[in-house]
Amino acid sequence: MRRRTLLCSGLAAASAPVLAACSDEGGSADGGGRTTVSYGMWDPAQVPGMKKVIAAFEEQHPDISVRIELTPWASYWTTLKTSMRGGTAPDVFWMNAVNFQLYAAHDVLEPLTEHIAHDRTPVDRHPEQLVRLYSYDGVQYGLPKDFDTIGLWYNKALFDKAGISYPDTTWTWDDLRDAAAELTNPRERVHGFCSEMQRQIVLYPAIHAAGGYVLRDGHSGFGDERSVEGLRFLTDMIDRGWSPPQSAMVENIGRVRFWSEKVAMVHDLSAMAGQMYAVPALKDHGGVTVLPQGREHTTIIHGLANVISAKSDKKAAAWKFVHFMAGRRAAEIQAASGVTISSYAGTQDAWLKSMPEFDLKHFIDMEKYGVPYPSSKNTAVWENLQYPLLGAAFSGKGGIEDAARTLGKQMDRALKEERS
Amino acid sequence: MSLFPATAAAKAADRRATKPAPRPAPRGQRAAYGFIAPLGIGFAVFYFWPMIQTFYFSFTEFGPFGGHTWTGTDNYARVLRDVTVWQALGNTLIYCGIGLVALPLAIVVAALLNRRGLRGVAVYRALYFVPFVTLPVAVGLVWNWLYNGDFGLLNEILGWFGVDRHYWVSDPSTAVLAIGAVMVWSTTGYYLIIFMAGIKAIPRDYYEAAELDGAGPLRRFFTITLPLLSPTLFFASVICMIQSLQTFDLIYIMMGEKNPAVGDTQSVVGLFYKWAFIENAQGAAAALAFLLMLLIAGLTYLQFRLQRKWVHYG
Repeated sequence: MRRRTLLCSGLAAASAPVLAACSDEGGSADGGGRTTVSYGMWDPAQVPGMKKVIAAFEEQHPDISVRIELTPWASYWTTLKTSMRGGTAPDVFWMNAVNFQLYAAHDVLEPLTEHIAHDRTPVDRHPEQLVRLYSYDGVQYGLPKDFDTIGLWYNKALFDKAGISYPDTTWTWDDLRDAAAELTNPRERVHGFCSEMQRQIVLYPAIHAAGGYVLRDGHSGFGDERSVEGLRFLTDMIDRGWSPPQSAMVENIGRVRFWSEKVAMVHDLSAMAGQMYAVPALKDHGGVTVLPQGREHTTIIHGLANVISAKSDKKAAAWKFVHFMAGRRAAEIQAASGVTISSYAGTQDAWLKSMPEFDLKHFIDMEKYGVPYPSSKNTAVWENLQYPLLGAAFSGKGGIEDAARTLGKQMDRALKEERS
Repeated sequence: MSLFPATAAAKAADRRATKPAPRPAPRGQRAAYGFIAPLGIGFAVFYFWPMIQTFYFSFTEFGPFGGHTWTGTDNYARVLRDVTVWQALGNTLIYCGIGLVALPLAIVVAALLNRRGLRGVAVYRALYFVPFVTLPVAVGLVWNWLYNGDFGLLNEILGWFGVDRHYWVSDPSTAVLAIGAVMVWSTTGYYLIIFMAGIKAIPRDYYEAAELDGAGPLRRFFTITLPLLSPTLFFASVICMIQSLQTFDLIYIMMGEKNPAVGDTQSVVGLFYKWAFIENAQGAAAALAFLLMLLIAGLTYLQFRLQRKWVHYG
C-alpha cells in the first residue's frame, strides 16, 4: 500500500510535461477535390483583413481554400513547436524575427528561393532589411507581409491642460524629459511617460537612440556604456516619478494607461494604430509622431513573414498562397483594412487613409533609419534574461548600471552556448 | 525459562490465531482484474510511460523540433549548478508551507459546520467548495483585479484604514504571500469536504460520553475530534503537499513575464515550463522534472514514516 502511494505521487510529478505537451490541432483537407491550406496566425485583430485577402485569393484559385488557424500569442510558439513535432502544424504560418533563425536552422521551413525565382515573386518591392531578416545561410525562407515601426503617441488633451506644445519631429530626449515633468500630475495619478519594461517598443529603441546596441556580431550590447545610458534615461523617468514603476505596469500596461488617459505619452507600434483609433477619446485627441532623438534618430523595425512548413503535404497550394500574399493585391487589401502597414512598396496609402485623424505617415518615414529587430538562433533564451534582471531597476530600486552589465555577461554566455 | 511452558500445540494454535485469514478462493479474480484494467492501462500510458520517457530524455539534449542526442549527466549537472533552480526550489517550499495552512483552516470550519442542528450547512459547504471547482486561470484573473495596485478592492479597503496603496503581486516582498493566500483560499473548500466526512465518521457516543463527563467544546475538539481525524488529516496533508509542490498555473496567470517579482515567485514547475517550452532546453527540463519527482517521492515517504508517530487508527 505504502509503496503504491509513493509511486503514484512520483508519477503525478512526472506527468506535468506530458499534459503540457498535448496538442489537439488537426489539419485536414476537406472533400470535393479542393485543397485546404491551413494558415496559422495569432492576431485576432487581423482576422477580418485576412479573410478579405483570402477571399481574393480563393477567387483566383478556385481549387484552393485557406482556413485560418488562430492561436493566441501567449501560446502560439509553444503550440507551433509541439504541432510541428507531431506533424500537425499549419501549412502556412506567421513567423517573426525572434523565432525565425531557430526554425530555419532546423530545416522545418520550406526554402522559397527557387519558387521565388520561378514565379518571379516581387521580393524587391518589400523593404530590404525585412527581406534579409527572413533569409538564413543565403536561402530565403519567408516573405514579409507587413512591417511596423515604433512611434511616440501622445494625448493632446493632456498637453493642452499642461499648456505645452505637442511633440514633433524635432523633439529630443530633453524635450521628452521636460514635457514628462510638466505633464505628470500626482494628484490625478497622471504620468507624463511610460518607461515600461518592453523590449521591442521601449528598451531597444532607447538603447539604440543612446548610441548603444543590443546584439552585434554575436555579442551582447547590454554592458556597453551607451546602452546603459539609454536604459538609465528610462529608469531615471521612473525614479523622478514621471513614469509609473514597472511594478505598477504589470497590472496595467502602458498601453492601457494611455487608453484610459492616465499617461500623456507612450511608445507604441504602428500595428496598434487601429486599437488606438478604436478608443473614442484617442480618435478625438490622440496624436503620433516619430520617436524623439537621443544621440541618434532611431526606431526598431520589424515585420511578420509568411512561411511554409517543410512537413506540409500541400506545398504547391501553400506556395501559391504565400506568393499571392507577397503581391500587390493582397498588400492593398491588407492596408485598406487598417491593421498593419503592408510591406509592399507603394501600397501604404490605403493604410494612411484608413485613419485620417492620425498622422501615420511618420511610421513609414521612420523606415529609413529603423534598426531591424535583433535576433539570433536562440533569441528567446537571452531575451528571457532581460525582464528578471532589469526588473528591480525598473521598479525604482536603482542599480540599472550593474543590472545591465550582469545582463550583458549572461547574454554573452547564452550566445556562446548557442554557437557551440 | 517461563513459569508456564507452553506446549508446542498451544504455540501452534497461537500462531494460527495471529495469522491473517487465508485468502478467499481465486474465484472471480479475473473479473476483478478486468474491472481495474482500464484504469491500470490509463496509468501505464499516461503516467508510467511518460515517466520512463522523461527519465530517458533527461540524459539527452533535445532538438526543438524532435530528435535528440545523448549527453549523459550534463543536464543534471546544469540543474544542480543553476542558481535559479535553488531559488525556485526555495519558493516552492514556501508555497508548500503556505499551502498547508489550508488544513487547519479547513478542520476548524469543518468542526464548526458539523455541529448538530446547524442549519444551512449545504449552502456553506457549496460556498466553500466553489473556489475549488473554479478554474485556476479564472481565480488568478479575478484575484489579480482584487490585488490591483491602482484600483483593486483590497487597496481600496485598506485605504479606509489609512494604509498606502501597494502593488501586491509585483512587489517581491509580498508576491509569494499574495499568491499563497489565493492558493489557500481556493483549496480550503476541498479539504473542508474531506474533513467533514471524516468528522461525520466519528461515533456520536464519544461526544455524548465526553459531554456527560463535563468536557467543553474545545476539550472535545482536541481530545476526540482531532485524534480520531488524524488518518484523514494524514491523507489530506499528503495530497496538499504534493499539490503545492507542483503548483504552477496560478503563479503563471498571476505573475506574467514582465513582473519584477518573477524570479522571487517562480516555482519549480514554472521553471520547468520556461525551460521546456520557451528556451528549448527540454533535456534539462526533463532532468528538473525528474528531480522534482524524487523530491516529492522522498517527502511523501517521510510523511509515511512520521505518520506512525501521530496517526491513530480507530
